Amino acid sequence: MIKVENLTKKFGKLTVLDDVNLHLTGRGCISLIGPNASGKTTLIKSVLGLVVPDSGRILIKGSDIQGDWKYRKDIGYMPQIGRYPDNMTIGQLFKMLIDIRQSTWEQCDKELMDLFEIDKIRTKRLGTLSGGTRQKISAVLAFLFNPDILILDEPTAGLDPVACEILKEKMILEIQRGKLILITSHVLSDLDELVSEVIFLQDGKINFHKSFDQLRKDTGEERLSRAIAKVMGYKGHAQNI
Amino acid sequence: MYRKSLGMAVAISFWFVQNIFAHTLFISPPATGEEINKIVADAEEGDTVLFRSGHYFVNNIIIQKSIYLKGENSPVLDGHGKYQIISIESNDVIVDGFKLINTGLSDMFEFSAIRIVNSRRVSIKNNILENVFFGVYCLNVSQSSISNNRIKSNSIHELQSGNGIHCWKSDSLHIFNNYISGQRDGIYFEFVTNSFIERNISEKNLRYGLHFMFSQYNNYSHNIFSNNGAGVAVMFSHHVTMYKNIFAENRGESSYGILMKEIRDSKVEKNYFTKNSIGILMEGTSRINVENNTFESNGWAFKIQASCEDIMISANRFFGNTFDVATNGTLVLNKFSGNYWDKYEGYDLNKDGIGDVPYRPVSMYSMITEKIPYSIMLFRSFMVMLLEKTEKIIPSLTPIDLKDDHPLMKPPEL
Amino acid sequence: MLKIFKYVFLDIIRNKIVLLYTLALLIISLSMFNISESPEKAIISLLNIELIVLPLICGVFSTIYVYNSSEFIELLVAQPLRRVAIFRSILFGLVAALSFAFLIGLGIPLLIYSPDSTGFIFLLSGVALTACFTAFALVAAVYTKDKAKGIGVTILLWFYFTLIYDGLVLFILFQFGDYPLEKYMIGLSCMNPIDLVRILLLLKIDSAAIMGYTGAIFKDFFGSGMGTIISGSVLLFWFVLPAWLAIRKFRRKDL
Repeated sequence: MIKVENLTKKFGKLTVLDDVNLHLTGRGCISLIGPNASGKTTLIKSVLGLVVPDSGRILIKGSDIQGDWKYRKDIGYMPQIGRYPDNMTIGQLFKMLIDIRQSTWEQCDKELMDLFEIDKIRTKRLGTLSGGTRQKISAVLAFLFNPDILILDEPTAGLDPVACEILKEKMILEIQRGKLILITSHVLSDLDELVSEVIFLQDGKINFHKSFDQLRKDTGEERLSRAIAKVMGYKGHAQNI
Repeated sequence: MYRKSLGMAVAISFWFVQNIFAHTLFISPPATGEEINKIVADAEEGDTVLFRSGHYFVNNIIIQKSIYLKGENSPVLDGHGKYQIISIESNDVIVDGFKLINTGLSDMFEFSAIRIVNSRRVSIKNNILENVFFGVYCLNVSQSSISNNRIKSNSIHELQSGNGIHCWKSDSLHIFNNYISGQRDGIYFEFVTNSFIERNISEKNLRYGLHFMFSQYNNYSHNIFSNNGAGVAVMFSHHVTMYKNIFAENRGESSYGILMKEIRDSKVEKNYFTKNSIGILMEGTSRINVENNTFESNGWAFKIQASCEDIMISANRFFGNTFDVATNGTLVLNKFSGNYWDKYEGYDLNKDGIGDVPYRPVSMYSMITEKIPYSIMLFRSFMVMLLEKTEKIIPSLTPIDLKDDHPLMKPPEL
Repeated sequence: MLKIFKYVFLDIIRNKIVLLYTLALLIISLSMFNISESPEKAIISLLNIELIVLPLICGVFSTIYVYNSSEFIELLVAQPLRRVAIFRSILFGLVAALSFAFLIGLGIPLLIYSPDSTGFIFLLSGVALTACFTAFALVAAVYTKDKAKGIGVTILLWFYFTLIYDGLVLFILFQFGDYPLEKYMIGLSCMNPIDLVRILLLLKIDSAAIMGYTGAIFKDFFGSGMGTIISGSVLLFWFVLPAWLAIRKFRRKDL
């Protein structure tokens, strides 16, 4: 579904992505993990076309995304920080995006909206919302158009436990429906029950890309957070020698 | 005034006596120019020659006796574009109620609709003059009046046009209620004395609405001079009174409401200057009272060259002019006092209607544009505004003594 | 494109600052017309607002708006939309909303007190300046990453066009005042949209003085039909050039 070939991106002198190759096939939840400043967000943004790579290419459903914009209709994106025009109401924001996507209200996936009870605050202005509520809006928007690919950047940050659970259940549901979910998160414990593959990014390079089961086997750890800690600790130790 | 009234009284009584014995001669179409000339020549002193309504082609009707030339329903006297129309060479002549058209046009001779030479007590009234070279031309004429005439031509070049009412070396003329347009100068005075110019409208003339030279003791009032090529020029004269005239929309490079050059001992009162490039321009002028005039929306309300002295400018009203006063030197021998300036930003703590700080009507930028004309392009820019404010606090370019110490807080009633 | 434009426009006209801007313009202009003896004098006072305050507010507001919308722009870019279309919507949304504010704030009083050609040109050139300085602001916002830096660049541009440029021109005039500079003057005035607008308005407000001075060169040029077309095109150029620069950068910008 997503294929990344020799992707390189520099910001000035800093190489953020260094010759990254990646091939994501089929469905499931893929967790993109790495320390701060490892290039996770840049990689996601490259796939979304927000960042223009210096070299290499990205293929989505087999076609190069360079200069293309229509491919984004297959992607739902939930940004790390969702900020919207202050004076627009929630209803207007949805209406605008439905307009843009040339969709209709009936075609939309409103499950998450109902669960978050967004309907009750339809007429509220976006400028008045709390961080958590905005995060809910972002989540709803990502799932709204039934995209084949979902890219979620720190989805659970800022959500209360109930909302967090709702979102996870929604993700599980979507995986079952055959969607591909690419997710970055610092709160690794949230992901145990979802993740099928893990990509570990470090210093702009892919350290490893393997299934969660394989990772468990390799590290002997049951939980994702511990497995990753072990990987990182091991690396650190090795470097010290 | 006295001399003029006396002249008129004499003229009227003279006519009254004459008319008792006078005949009336009639001229009807299709009389030719020769026939008309013959009838006029045959008329006796005091006769009336009455033209019936119609169109006559004429060749210089010469009047050498005191007769009354009267037109019935504005008969047309047509000069064919070749000739002069009427020449008056006698005292006590009246020309009344004609339409005079198409005089000749020449470089050699100043063809006129009506030419008056060496005469007294002549009255030209109620005529329409169209497409004429010179309109009414007076040479050495006195105690005469020119009134209620309408002179209108459509001249394009200054050299191929003459003046509407041209007076040379005359005395005690009364010129009133005329309308003059499209000539070279509307009214031209040279060596004319003791005369009144009143209630005329002189507009759209190529050069001056009123051109006035070497003419003393004259008075002009209630006239309207507008849209003339260069406005009004009053030069080399003294004892001139200008009262309640309107000077409007005389625009262009070196165009002004009035140019006053080498004038002394005169008065400019209660006139209204609006939308002129320059309201009043004074050069080499002395002892003039400029009082109670209104200057509104002119480029420069008042330009006073350093060559002027003893000019008293008081109780005038200045509104919406781009620049109020401009001058070309720092020596100030003139006095501004008690005027109303709409740009005045001072205060009046004791509430006596007079501002407590002096007003300096010369703006710095008008001095700069005087030196560098193109700098007008930056006028009203932020930078120029800042410069002006600085100059107001610390005058450096503008003449320090040119100021109104008693600026009025409210415009004086007229 | 029209879809996003509509929402951006609606968002901006409901912005508090824009409402305040409209209200301030309305109050100032109404009181100017009421205090002044004549509408002409009020227009002269309003001229300073149009030439100085308007560019600053449009510039700074647009810059801040773009920075504050960066996450929203990201969201839009992540949608199946062309970047150029998004950018144009924001640009025209800003121009339309700020022009709308200006037309309400100054247009209504002008229509009441001075419904003539001067008022009309005044409004038209106000809209032109709004467009130019919004475009300048977007250049500043697109080319600099940092918000403070972007606002700084905008203010610097404003400062240049309102003050520094005129200072340079005055310097040139003082140095070369004796030479026949007529044609160059027209060229120089075209190199600054604020100057151009000011001269167009001077021709209306101070026509008597302008006719009296410069050999009527400005009147001849800007007053003629050709001059009107040229000055209109130059103002358009001052909008299109920065807009083009900003779009060109935005197309390949990393968000």
